[in-house]
Parts: sequence; structure tokens; C-alpha cells
Amino acid sequence: MSRLYEKTEVALAEFPNPAALLKAAEELRDAGYKNFDCHSPFPIHGMDEAMGLKRSPIGWIAGLLAIIGCSGALLLQWWTMAVDYPLIIAGKPYFAFQAYVPVTFALGVISAALASLFGMMILNRLPRYHHPLFHSDNFAKFSNDGFFISVESSDSKYERSKTKSFLQTLGGNNLEVLTDDGKKE
Amino acid sequence: MSTAPEKTENPFAEPPLILGNPKFGEITEKIVSIVERKTPRVWILALLLAMSLAAVLLGSIGYLVWEGIGIWGLNNPVGWGYAIVNFVFWVGIGHAGTLISAILYLLRQHWRTSINRFAEAMTLFAVICALVFPGIHVGRIWLAYFMFPLPNQMAMWPNFRSPLLWDVFAVSTYFAASLMFWYTGLIPDLASMRDRAKSKIRKIVLGILSVGWRGGNRQWKHYELAYLILAGVSTPLVLSVHSVVSTDFAISIVPGWHTTIFPPYFVAGAIFSGFAMVMTLSIIARRIFGLENYITVNHLEKMNKIMLLTGMMVGYAYSIEFFVAWYSGNIYEIFTFINRATGPYAWAYWTMVSCNVIVPQLFWVKKLRRSVPVMFAASILINVGMWFERFVIVVTSLSRDFLPAAWDYYTPTIWDILTFVGSFGLFFTLFLLFVRFVPIIAIAEVKGVMPQADPHYYKHDSRSPDGGEQ
Repeated sequence: MSRLYEKTEVALAEFPNPAALLKAAEELRDAGYKNFDCHSPFPIHGMDEAMGLKRSPIGWIAGLLAIIGCSGALLLQWWTMAVDYPLIIAGKPYFAFQAYVPVTFALGVISAALASLFGMMILNRLPRYHHPLFHSDNFAKFSNDGFFISVESSDSKYERSKTKSFLQTLGGNNLEVLTDDGKKE
Repeated sequence: MSTAPEKTENPFAEPPLILGNPKFGEITEKIVSIVERKTPRVWILALLLAMSLAAVLLGSIGYLVWEGIGIWGLNNPVGWGYAIVNFVFWVGIGHAGTLISAILYLLRQHWRTSINRFAEAMTLFAVICALVFPGIHVGRIWLAYFMFPLPNQMAMWPNFRSPLLWDVFAVSTYFAASLMFWYTGLIPDLASMRDRAKSKIRKIVLGILSVGWRGGNRQWKHYELAYLILAGVSTPLVLSVHSVVSTDFAISIVPGWHTTIFPPYFVAGAIFSGFAMVMTLSIIARRIFGLENYITVNHLEKMNKIMLLTGMMVGYAYSIEFFVAWYSGNIYEIFTFINRATGPYAWAYWTMVSCNVIVPQLFWVKKLRRSVPVMFAASILINVGMWFERFVIVVTSLSRDFLPAAWDYYTPTIWDILTFVGSFGLFFTLFLLFVRFVPIIAIAEVKGVMPQADPHYYKHDSRSPDGGEQ
């Protein structure tokens, strides 16, 4: 069967603990690798710097959406109360902005919350149910007590045998090479 | 990298958060095995009981829809009765969950990791129970859509200048934000369950729910910031939701309601009652599931301290209400408060004061603060007291307002009581389903606060076969 896209290949190695994972990540970064990832059951402090990652932009996304949410809420209240069907209630002005604060705030909050959950999903390319890593039986440990590094073939420095032996020199065990179709080595 | 500091006798050192120093794998095993084991018979019995109670709620609502709100004890002048009392009661309970999951997260109180999953679930279910009441309280559930700004045949809009509409937005936002926060926290734990799943159905269901989580640091990076922002936006909700609920009362001119102390007073009360509910539930859960090393007495003691603090704030609000009534010189206001303490509802008032102000004073004594039976009893009494607080606020003010000719005594009917009792059925049904199918402790977060989660815990040569563990 011909493919429309190039097959992804991933080299996977297991490390004994968070400190070993952090150290290996630093050395991969210093060796010039870019497309690698460190898998752990919980986020490890200092890993972003060790991998040379930039800060996540989710804060900006959520902030922007919060502003849009607040403006939308204010617009809705102004249009329904002062333009579409103006009614005098309790002698308050049509555009009684003080009274519109709670709803404006609530819609701002909900927009920011939606932005952070779905922004996180989109930036992480989730949901993604098919990934070379899922072909490894050993990898299932990542959500329990396993620490792994995976290097993707899209990295310009990736060469199957060289990358594998490099991971080995960094202290990696249980080396595997995986593709979209299954286990390779 | 340096070695970890030597253990020294520091009198100010915090005791370890998780006792018994389990390995990462043991934490997963302990918590996930609770949902993986064969369905216990006790659970089925408890679920049947809870579902029967929930059926009582459903039946009462059915009869209400059939017959109308005449089945309730409402009269003129008491147009707000159990429905509003229960609504405020349930929304209030939710607040502790958000405080634990959001505010304590921002304040880096790591002890929250043992109880946050739990407390957030409680928030969700309490808010679901709360949302039932505004939906049914006019007895015409087919008109519930009037609450939302939906285009309709009358070309009319809901009144955004009314606190009742603020409530709709505040509480639905609260529910939605809590749900998203809860689900975000669940993703890594669902992946833990997925990777242990044996049966095909579990693999598929958990696979879908865990969205293909791979635990890579590139994912954690976005995840952690998203979680932080969800905590950040939920934090003002802890203060705003019950403040908005209090404006339902405070913006009216009814004596005893028309007061600026209401928002902070309601928020303190909400956190107070919510912690009492978390306490009740976590004492039961840690006992049944053997989680004494995860939800330790230290955790419970910290919650008791918060209850002592918020209980004092509530007590302060009770007394300052009397002072302001006297100081205002307003005869209606003065009368309302004297009437609360000595009038026909004095029994409710003094139940409230005993449970909410006197009971938490036990927690000044360290021994009582760390005694599980004492705190269990206290937590239940506090919830009784907090329900009575809402009853006192709603009913005493309405039953005797400005004109003595219009006064009347409010007595709930059996349908009021059944609806209220039934709402506990709904709450416990949801909670029992939660403890059966979802990890009740945030596994990834607990692992993250263990000392061995910190790379600095390991000796310099971290590549030695034993992992250089000390």
C-alpha cells in the first residue's frame, strides 16, 4: 500500500529515574537533537530547560480568549438590554454597566477555561490514538514508573544505528525502534 | 547536581505528605487497584440505596410538574422556601472543592494532591444537585429555557440587570470550569489506567478518554501551564460564585437580606460547609479503601484548621449582623434580628449557632483536631448547621417583614422534605459511581510531590544500576 506521508520512526530508550532522564535530555540537547521527547509519569522539574524548550504559549491564548469572551458578553448585554428590546426595569439605565459586570466576568472565565483545555489539546496534537510509541509493550510503563526518551526520525540528526548507540551511551536500556506499522528492532 | 541534604532534626520540618514512602509503581497499584478490583457487594448495596433516594427526588419532581408548586409549603409572604435553601446549600458545598483544587494549587500547598480529585468531584456533584433547584423551583420545567438569552417568539430577553440572571451565568460557568479542570487533571491518570487495562472494553473506553496521552515533556509543558491557568481562572470563582448567589438576597430590600456583609459572609460559609463535606467523605473513603497513608491525619488536621478559621468568620458575621442592625437604627432591621434569635424560628437559629460557631471551637485543642471520630461528628454537625443557616436567612426574613398583617409561619410539606432528601440520593449516586470508575486520588500529582520525583534526590552518579537511589 502506498502512503501519502512519510513513515515516522522512533527510537526509544528507558532510563532508571528522573535524574538520569534529565541528564540524558541535557546531553541530547547539547548533541544538537531537536525532535526528541522525555516521557515520565509526572512532570519533572527543570526538564524544559534540559530539553531546550520554550515556554508554552497557552497563557497568551487563554488571555486573548478571555478578552474576546468579556467583550462578547458586554456586547450581548448592551444589544439585548439597550438596543433590541429596551425596557425600563427598577429605574436603571438601559446600559447599566455596573450590573453587567458579573455576567461579563463569568463569560470571560469560561472562555479562558475553554481556551486552556482545548489549546492544550491542539498544541499537543491530541486526541491522537495512533502513534509508533504505542507499539512498544515496554512503553506502557511510562504512566506507571517508567522514564523514557524517544527520538523521532524527523530530526535532522537522526540515524537509526547512531542514535541508538548514542542513547545507549547515555545510559538508556531496553532500546527499541518503532514505526507507524509496529516494532522494527 | 548535588546530593540531598542530610536528615536533621528540624522542629519546624513538615511531616512527609505520603506515609510509608511508597515507590511510584506502588502508588499506581494502590490507587488504580481500587477501581480494578471486582465490584464489592457493599458498593452495589450502597448504590442501590443511593439510587432509591435519587428516585425519590425524581418522583417528587414528577409530582411537582404534574401538580404545581402548591404541593410545597410556600405561602404568602414566604415565596422562597426549601428550593432556594437547598440551592444555596449545595452550591456552597462545592466551594471547598474549588478552593482545594485552585487556591491551594496556586499557593503551592502540596498536601492538596491527596484530596483534590475527590474534592473536585464533590464540587461537580454538589453543583449538579444545586442546579436541579433553580430548574424546578417555579414548577414549570418546560420554561427553564427562559433563564438563557435565547431568541424566542416574544422577542424578549432575560433581564441582565437582575441578580437572578447573574446566578444562572455564575453557576453554569462554575460547573463548566470545574468540569474542565477536573477532566484536565484526570487525563494522565486515565492513561495510567489505560496502560494497565486487560479487557478490550476497558482498553477502548479508557483509550478514548485519555486522548492518547504519552506523558512526553512536550505534552507536560502545555499541560502544566493549562492546568495552572485553569487554577488561576477558577480561583476568583471561589469568591465570585457565592458572592453572586448572595446578591440574590442582598439586592432586595427585605430586612435581614439588604446588607453589604452578605458576599464575604456567604463565601466564608460556603468554604466552611464545603470543607465539612470533604471531611465527611474523605474519612469514609480512606477507611473503606485503606488510604490512611495517602489521606493522613495531617491532611485532616489541616482541613480542620481551615474549618476553625472559616467557622470563626461565620460566627463573626452572625454577630456583626446584629451590631449593624442595632447601629442602623432601622426598626425593621432591628426587629428582624431580635425575631431571628427569639421569635418562632429561634429553634432553627440556635441550631445554626450551636453547630456553626460552638462545634468548630473543639478544633482549638490539638488532640481533638487530630481525632477522626471527633472530626467526623463535627463535620456532619457543621453541615446540618450550614443548612439551617440558609433556612434561617431565607425563611425568617420573609415570614415577618414590614407589615405584621402579612406575617405567616412557613412549614415545609412532605414534598419539600422528600425533594431535599432525594437530592442527597443524586449526590451519593454520582459519588459512588465516581469512586468505582475513576482514580479517587490524583496519581500523577501525588507522584510529583514525592521526594524521589525531584532529580536532586538522586546521588551524583544517577546511572548506577540501582539508580543511585539513597
